[in-house]
Amino acid sequence: MTTPDQTWSFLFGRLTLDALPLHEPIIVATFAAVVLGGVAVVGALTYFKLWGYLWREWFTSVDHKKIGVMYMVLGLIMFLRGFADAIMMRIQQAIAFNGNEGYLNAHHYDQIFTAHGVIMIFFVAMPFVTGLMNFVVPLQIGARDVSFPFLNNFSFWMTAAGAMLVMASLFVGEFAQTGWLAYPPLSGIAYSPGVGVGYYLWALQIAGVGTTLSGINLIATIVKMRAPGMTMMRMPVFTWTSLCTNVLIVASFPVLTAVLALLSLDRYVGTNFFTNDFGGSPMMYVNLIWIWGHPEVYILILPIFGVFSEVTATFSGKRLFGYSSMVYATVVITILSYVVWLHHFFTMGSGASVNSFFGITTMVISIPTGAKLFNWLFTMYRARIRFDLPMMWTVAFMLTFVIGGMTGVLLAVPPADFVLHNSLFLIAHFHNVIIGGVVFGVFAAINYWWPKAFGFRLEPFWGKVSFWCWVIGFWLAFTPLYVMGLMGVTRRLRVFDDPSLQIWFVIAAIGAVLIACGIAAMLVQYAVSILRRDSLRDDSGDPWNGRTLEWATSSPPPAYNFAFTPVVHDLDAWAEMKRTGAPRPADGFRAIHMPRNTGAGIILAGISTVCGFALIWHIWWLAIASFAALLITAIAHTFNYARDFHIPADVVAETEARRARQLAALEGAAA
Amino acid sequence: MSAVHNEPDHADHAHAEGEAHGSMRDYVIGFVLSVVLTAIPFWLVMSGALADRTLTGLVVSGFAAVQIVVHMVFFLHMNARAEGGWNLLALLFTVVIVVIVLTGSLWVMYHLNANMMPHSAEMAGRAMADMP
Amino acid sequence: MSTPADAAALTARYYDLDEHDHPEGGSTMLGFWIYLMSDCLIFAMLFAAFGVLGGNYAAGPGPKDLFDLPLVALNTSMLLLSSITYGFAMLAMQRGQARATQGWLIVTGLFGAAFLGIELYEFAHLIHEGATPQRSAFLSAFFTLVGTHGLHVTFGLVWLGVLLVQIGQRGLIAANRRRLMCLSLFWHFLDVVWIGVFTFVYLMGMLR
Repeated sequence: MTTPDQTWSFLFGRLTLDALPLHEPIIVATFAAVVLGGVAVVGALTYFKLWGYLWREWFTSVDHKKIGVMYMVLGLIMFLRGFADAIMMRIQQAIAFNGNEGYLNAHHYDQIFTAHGVIMIFFVAMPFVTGLMNFVVPLQIGARDVSFPFLNNFSFWMTAAGAMLVMASLFVGEFAQTGWLAYPPLSGIAYSPGVGVGYYLWALQIAGVGTTLSGINLIATIVKMRAPGMTMMRMPVFTWTSLCTNVLIVASFPVLTAVLALLSLDRYVGTNFFTNDFGGSPMMYVNLIWIWGHPEVYILILPIFGVFSEVTATFSGKRLFGYSSMVYATVVITILSYVVWLHHFFTMGSGASVNSFFGITTMVISIPTGAKLFNWLFTMYRARIRFDLPMMWTVAFMLTFVIGGMTGVLLAVPPADFVLHNSLFLIAHFHNVIIGGVVFGVFAAINYWWPKAFGFRLEPFWGKVSFWCWVIGFWLAFTPLYVMGLMGVTRRLRVFDDPSLQIWFVIAAIGAVLIACGIAAMLVQYAVSILRRDSLRDDSGDPWNGRTLEWATSSPPPAYNFAFTPVVHDLDAWAEMKRTGAPRPADGFRAIHMPRNTGAGIILAGISTVCGFALIWHIWWLAIASFAALLITAIAHTFNYARDFHIPADVVAETEARRARQLAALEGAAA
Repeated sequence: MSAVHNEPDHADHAHAEGEAHGSMRDYVIGFVLSVVLTAIPFWLVMSGALADRTLTGLVVSGFAAVQIVVHMVFFLHMNARAEGGWNLLALLFTVVIVVIVLTGSLWVMYHLNANMMPHSAEMAGRAMADMP
Repeated sequence: MSTPADAAALTARYYDLDEHDHPEGGSTMLGFWIYLMSDCLIFAMLFAAFGVLGGNYAAGPGPKDLFDLPLVALNTSMLLLSSITYGFAMLAMQRGQARATQGWLIVTGLFGAAFLGIELYEFAHLIHEGATPQRSAFLSAFFTLVGTHGLHVTFGLVWLGVLLVQIGQRGLIAANRRRLMCLSLFWHFLDVVWIGVFTFVYLMGMLR
């Protein structure tokens, strides 16, 4: 006999109606807003009959440019979620004094700081940098697409699937309450029996598949698909930093996959890797996850260094100073990033010899980074600099990042770290480098490459409003954290006893509000630019007088990027082509071989999401069924051999003729 | 701008021959070597031919290292030419990272255990005696 | 300024006017090799876990109580034999003999299945004796490392079966040859990992 309870738990595992957080008014209100917004979006898409268009032109697209844009959209959406978490924490900490408990209970607050970290790193910063690399790299190397276009689409949807699971945890069940790296034993089954850590594990594993595959894809692309004549030392710096970033991705994300798999085994099977008894070692988890974790920060910052190199050279109107030293510095950082991981846990107790080794390597790695900074400064020296938005973000980066880097070198001194470990000083330090580096860099990149992606510039007024709100807001929000960190205030606290600290938290909260204004201004900037796109139109395809090949084609580029592959003779290939005035080919166009769109990527990622959800909630039949479906779909996809088509020569000729008329009209207007 | 220098290096763009072929000779040599390199360490451990365990361990590891190279060369056809040397470069990079990860983890965790756990009864006893 | 002839020369200098289709799959072998390198790092982590935790028996059984070296030697020979038979399959493929390729693939698959069978027998035996993955950190690390290798072999067998069908359907076309070469890398790579497993887990375990 089976009771209704048993039937229920067979069908739905641990999922019951209690899993819906109806007792949390904040979440219920958010849920209502999301549902209303979602209904509005779905309704609008249906009303304007956009589903078919989205499916055909975007979701199933294997075009690296469209996938790049989709990554950026994903990053932006998740950025709003991650920032909502941030400002909730700031408000909580600003009011939770003198016996006031604030407005967030411990269970909710712990989920918020965990979700904030996870989302900002995995689902904001990673999609942003992957999106930029996806969009820019093939154009910069004169290629028509990436090496494995289907895999590219699949990678994107796996990342999106991971983001979906994190978002689902907000409304169904809970998220982890462990901090963003989920250290055991807290994240073990004994102390976190709920579904929160399950969401954490499966979201990261599914997204990790996408990240690793996109890393492999971009390495193969850069190695194999460069335009003729583009030797390694003629590659644009952004392509170089992307190459090193993807090497880091491929050589570090498997580490994350393995260590999370071991934690999953501890939780699901009852093994004893990271438990406190039966010979397990929680510190082994900390050791292993930081072997991934430290290269990860360079995965985020290296492509951004590439962005700043492109922007600085372009807006200074000259060649980058010290190109080869820039390349070598990037390669050295790539290697060194693997020998510094222990500085994240100096206090663990490995002793003086281990700590001094890793302290020294950490200080050493700041040298190539410093070299890069001098390269940018010397590029700007005596140049006629144009202070457009990308350049403004670059200068803000240089000032902000240097200070963040220096506090990092302070933390690299083990005795100092014993005082500052897990304090707000650390929080201020890494926000200083991640916001001052990655976030500012992404904004520079968006302003820089937006005209290439859409054919019109971003409106500068709201961009400048956003810029000033961000830069001032950043310093207002994080300087107090440095101060409090030095006073010994630790991270992740929900309530405070010492009333003298409150003023600092209030200042930080004001900073966060200013950043919120910066984000709002940025959204206004996008909206205004789209509305006024006709007056902001750029027909030249080269609005900034760029130097690299992505500016050699039209904006937005045609599906095939280049009708004829450019031949590279020098660094800054497009600058040279402009100098010599080589005319574009006017005839002799040929049919172009292109990959065909496919829905397999989104379907596989959808099934993976279901499988992850079933594993989180212990719905075993669904987990088995969806895993089988995943396998069968993947195998079925390999039986599809017809994956390409040709764009006919006359279509290419017509597209190129339109482009020629566009350029002639521009020249006519100038003359 | 003279066209003499910086001529594009078309060889760089040429598609490297992707198929790294082995020959019957390669496979047979590789197989025989592998059998020998597997049999000796098994025999060493099972018979206890070397009295010193540490020495046996070192010898066995040495055989493993050699056999891995044999597999790389004769079965995986690894050489400096395949894919323009990128395969070999990727392999060497991976080996470096693997060595860092393995030795680093062992070193870090060994020191942690040595410092944080009073292993022997003597140390534990001393810790007790130090207590006021 | 410049004559039309100069302009045409400049165009030819900066644009590849005589471009041919890139052969499909030109990046596949490199891409797959890079994937294998990433897989290698997953195994490196499992080896690191075994290296650090492998001595923690938690008062439970250790390698000497559990491991049966003749069985491991037999298992190793299965994998080694499957390696050379896969090599024969590749040689047949190079000669363009689809039937012979399929035949050697089937032989390879049988050796691989034998390897898996022996491994499962060993696991069942250990679990029956109470040496379960939950018993100690040593056993957790042992089962995970060896089991992950076994999972890879299982996946390789599924792939091999799919390829058998695809060769039957379409013969040794370029796409199938590429897939065979990828599986070849995968299969030999698993053999390389196994060298690490039998050396550092089994043989060194007996020396502890």
